[in-house]
Amino acid sequence: MVSGHSEAGQGPLPTAVKILVAGGFGAGKTTLVGAVSEIRPLRTEETITEESTGIDDLSGVERKSTTTVAMDFGRITINSELVLYLFGTPGQDRFWFVWDELALGAIGAVVLADTRRLPDCFPSIDYFERRNTPFIVAVNCFDGAARHDPDEVRAALDIDASVPVMLCDARRKESSKEVLIALIQHVVESEAVSV
Amino acid sequence: MTEWLDEEAGPVVRPYAMTRGRTRPVGGDFDLIAIVMATGSASEAGAGAGLEPEHVAILDLCRRPLSVAEISAHLDLPVGIVRVLLGDLQTSGLVLTRAPQPAMEQPSKRVLLAVIDGLRAL
Repeated sequence: MVSGHSEAGQGPLPTAVKILVAGGFGAGKTTLVGAVSEIRPLRTEETITEESTGIDDLSGVERKSTTTVAMDFGRITINSELVLYLFGTPGQDRFWFVWDELALGAIGAVVLADTRRLPDCFPSIDYFERRNTPFIVAVNCFDGAARHDPDEVRAALDIDASVPVMLCDARRKESSKEVLIALIQHVVESEAVSV
Repeated sequence: MTEWLDEEAGPVVRPYAMTRGRTRPVGGDFDLIAIVMATGSASEAGAGAGLEPEHVAILDLCRRPLSVAEISAHLDLPVGIVRVLLGDLQTSGLVLTRAPQPAMEQPSKRVLLAVIDGLRAL
């Protein structure tokens, strides 16, 4: 007989983990996801009823407006037991409750920064700092953008010295891999993770 | 139905008609990265199982393990709809699911190191 949920360490199903890729509009989130994903980035949608988040009451349903929030994501099969999903966070700042769902149980987050529009990534950094979600900042080196010293970016962003800041090219697989590895190493080194 | 409709026509069925108006799944909350696999095919389940075409589509997709997010993307259905449909299939024993472990806290160091190894090997 089949049970609805297989137990940890049993059964044929792999366990999934996730990393969030955040940053301002056009910072290269989906590009980074696509550079390392084994599938073409997919898009999933949540239909949000604006006034009913967290409320089950269906009375007055006709007065509520619904909004669709789209999330792009990719997949990396780590081994037969483990799959990594990369979620680009929805850019619209007002959909924080979708971020809450995404951030729950996440390994951590990569905040992609575009030095031409550095303030665009402030809301992401604020969010992860407030939530104590481990994150690193990856400066996406677009063609034509002036190269910056990571320390200058750190100073401009006013982030803690313990948060890694690195340069990357989100179009390149190797570079994007390094960003993800740097995030996980940061988590392993800085957090009191269980063995 | 696809013969006389193109993509621009938009959906013919309002999304929650597929779930008969239900917005919450029966049992389980089906995290975006919960992994789902069919335990058998729709034809094995038989006509008596009361499956809608979308249930059948999920069973067809999930012959290999897929996340809730992937099912939603492949079927072009909002996640909320997919969760309700998965609840039906789980109640009927037609799918196995595996919630992310641990769902509420960070993955263990062992898992993190395995992910680093896997990424390096890409």
